[in-house]
Amino acid sequence: MEIKKRVQVKEQAPEIRKANFEEVCLGYSLEDAVEESRRCLHCTKPLCVTKCPVSINIPEFIEHVKNSEFEKAARVIAESSALPAVCGRVCPQESQCEGKCVLGIKGEAVAIGKLERVVADWSRENNIDLSKTFSKNGKKVAVVGAGPAGLTCAGDLAKLGYDVTIFEALHKAGGVLVYGIPEFRLPKETVVQHEVDNVKALGVKIETNVVIGRTVTIDELISEEGFQAIFVGSGAGLPIFMNIPGENSNGVFSANEFLTRNNLMKAFKEGYDTPIKAGKKVAVVGGGNVAMDAARTALRLGGEVHVVYRRSKAELPARAEEVHHAIEEGIIFDLLCNPVEILADEKGWVSGIKCIRMRLGEPDASGRRTPVELPGSEFVIDVDTVIMSLGTSPNPLIATTTKGLQANKRGCLIAEEETGKTTLEGIYAGGDAVSGAATVILAMGAGKKGAKSIHEYLSSKNDIQI
Amino acid sequence: MYKITKKEYLAPNIYLMDIEAPRVARAAKPGQFVIVKIDEKGERIPLTICDYDKIAGTVTIVFQTMGSSTKRMALMEVGEYFEDFVGPLGRPSDFVEEDLEELKKKKIMFVAGGVGAAPVYPQIKWLHEKGIDADAIVGCKSKDYLLLEKEMKIVTGNLYVATDDGTYGYKGFVTNLLKDLIEKEGKKYDVVVAIGPMIMMKFIAKLTKDYDIKTIVSMNPVMVDGTGMCGGCRITVGGETKFACVDGPEFDGHLVDFDQAMRRSTQYKTEEGHVCNLGLGVNK
Repeated sequence: MEIKKRVQVKEQAPEIRKANFEEVCLGYSLEDAVEESRRCLHCTKPLCVTKCPVSINIPEFIEHVKNSEFEKAARVIAESSALPAVCGRVCPQESQCEGKCVLGIKGEAVAIGKLERVVADWSRENNIDLSKTFSKNGKKVAVVGAGPAGLTCAGDLAKLGYDVTIFEALHKAGGVLVYGIPEFRLPKETVVQHEVDNVKALGVKIETNVVIGRTVTIDELISEEGFQAIFVGSGAGLPIFMNIPGENSNGVFSANEFLTRNNLMKAFKEGYDTPIKAGKKVAVVGGGNVAMDAARTALRLGGEVHVVYRRSKAELPARAEEVHHAIEEGIIFDLLCNPVEILADEKGWVSGIKCIRMRLGEPDASGRRTPVELPGSEFVIDVDTVIMSLGTSPNPLIATTTKGLQANKRGCLIAEEETGKTTLEGIYAGGDAVSGAATVILAMGAGKKGAKSIHEYLSSKNDIQI
Repeated sequence: MYKITKKEYLAPNIYLMDIEAPRVARAAKPGQFVIVKIDEKGERIPLTICDYDKIAGTVTIVFQTMGSSTKRMALMEVGEYFEDFVGPLGRPSDFVEEDLEELKKKKIMFVAGGVGAAPVYPQIKWLHEKGIDADAIVGCKSKDYLLLEKEMKIVTGNLYVATDDGTYGYKGFVTNLLKDLIEKEGKKYDVVVAIGPMIMMKFIAKLTKDYDIKTIVSMNPVMVDGTGMCGGCRITVGGETKFACVDGPEFDGHLVDFDQAMRRSTQYKTEEGHVCNLGLGVNK
C-alpha cells in the first residue's frame, strides 16, 4: 500500500521572514487539515496517545477534524490540555506522538501537531468558550510560577473545584512562553495570552510580581495565607556560563537576557523603553532550541549570526525543524568547535571569540559522542557580540528559603517522578524546577501529575478529619 | 496596580515616592531593592528601598531621572498607578541576621554619595531602632542636592555632610572627609558601608583597605528581572562571578572588581532613550 504524503504546511519565505518577527509557520487551512486528518489510520491501540505527556485523545480529535467538527475536536483536546495552541507550535512532536505514528515507519507520520494547532487556532478565532463551571470545594491551593507546569496544574485543580492562586515572579504570566520563546515561533498577544486567559476563565487567580522566597515564603503561604497544598513549578531560570576568560566583557549576554529583553520586554518594537544590543556579528554558543531562538532573533535584529557548537550537526539538541529553519534563514553553523576565550578591545567590548576545533570521540553516558579537542587548532571568529546558550538550572531561591525542601546538587528540587511529591508534606513540584531545563510539554505533564497528587492528598486528608 | 500615595521633589531630577505595595512593605528589610515598571512600554528599573511602612503597606523609593522610563516616572503624580512593583529583591544587609549584642559593640560608618543617601537611610534607621547609633557621611555635588538631611539627623550618631563645591558642610569628596575623620579626629570604625556611585565606592574601598576596615558596598548594575534569570548584573567578586540581584546587592568592597563593574554599567548607555538603534533590519 502506498502511503500518501503529508499535506505540506505553508511558511513565510526565508528571505522575507528573516527581517520580521511574524510567525514563520502559517499553519494549515481548514481544508488542508481535513485532508491531512484523512491519513490517520485510527489504530485500535493508538501509540501516539501513549507518547503524549498529557495523554490527549489524539485519534478522537482527528476523527472530528476529518468530519470538519472543529468545535468537537477542540473540546476533546481541552479535556487534556490547557495550552493546545502553544503545544501545536512548540512540542517536539517528532519524538513524541508523531514519533510513534504507525505511518511514520514507512512514510511520514500524521502531522498531529499541525492538526492540534489548527483546531486550537480555529477555536480561538471563533471565540469558542471551552470553560465549564465547576462546583467549588473551598480548598485553597497555591501554585508557584505561571509557566507551562503551573498553568496546567492550576487549570486541572480548578476543574476539580479547588480555589487556586498562581504566584508569578515576573510581571506577565506565561513563564518561558513569554520570556523565552520568540514571537516568530509563538505569538504572544494572540496565542499565549489567550491560553492564559482560558486558564483564568476556569477560576484560577494569577498574582504577578510575587517572588516566592522573597515577597512571601512557602511557609507563610501555608501558615498565614491558608493554602493547604502547594505546587512549585518555578522553572529553570538560572543561566549557565562557560567560565572562560573574557566572559564578563561588554557584549557577552546570556540567551536568557537577550531573549527576555526581546520577547518579554519587546525591545524589538518601536516605543518600548528596554534596550537591546543587537550586534553586527554575533556568536551564539550552544546547539539547543534556545540557541536557535537566540540566533534567529539576533538575525532579525540585523546581525550576521554564527552558531558555535562543539559537536556535529547530527548531535545538535535542537529540533530538526528549528535547525532547518535557521539554516534556511542564513545562520552560519560553526560546528565541532568550542570557545576557549572571549577577546575584548581596550574598552572592554567583545572583539572576537577564540575557539578550538573538536573531533568526536567515544560515546558518553548519554550515548552522544564526546567532543575531544584538537590541540593547536585554535582560531578566532571576529564578532562584537556573544550570546551564551548553554542551558539553565533551577533558581535556588525557593529551596534555600524553605526549610526541609531538598534539592540535588544541580539545584533541582527532589520530587517523585510519578507524583511530584517533594521532601515536605503538602508540597509538590514539577517541570523544569525538578528536571532541569526540558520541554514545555514535559512540564505540562508534570503539572498534570502534580494536580492529581494534590487532589489525592487533600481528599485523603479530608477523609481522615471526618 | 500600585498606587503612588506621596510624591516629593528632593533635588534637581531627584524624586521621592511612596508606593502602595503591602506585600513588599511587609517583607522588606534593609539592603534590599525593588523593581518598578510604570506601564506596558516601560523598562524594569531596579531601585533601592528607601523606607517602608508595614502598617500603611507602603514602600518609599527615591529615583533620579536618567532614561525614558525614569523621566516618565517623574511626571507621574499622587493617585496614579505603576503597573508593576516587585520585591523585596536581593539579600538583606548582613547585620540584619547578626547577633544584636555583637552588633552593638561595633562602630559603623555609613558613606552615602548622591542618591545613595536613600538606600543608606533604612539601614541606619533599622540600627537606630535597635539602639545602635551609626555615623554617616553624606556627600553630594552641592547643597541643593543634599537628600534626607532632616531624617538622617534623627537616626545617626554623627552626621557629616560633604559637598563638592563647599556650599554646605565639608568642602570636598567623601573619601577625603572619611580620611580626615580617621586621621585628624582619631575616629575608629569597625565597619564602613558605602553606597553611591561606583567610582565613589571604589575609592572608599581603596581607602579603607589601607586602614584594614571591613567595607560593604551595594552594587546597582544593569539588570532585567532581578531574580537571577538574566545574568546581566554579573560582577566579579574575589575572582568569582556573582549575580548582584541574588548574591547581593551587598558585597565585600575589598573584593569587588569595580573597573569591570563600571565598564559593564555603560553597556546600554548609548541605547537609553534612543529607540532608533533598535531593530536594525527589521520590517516594522
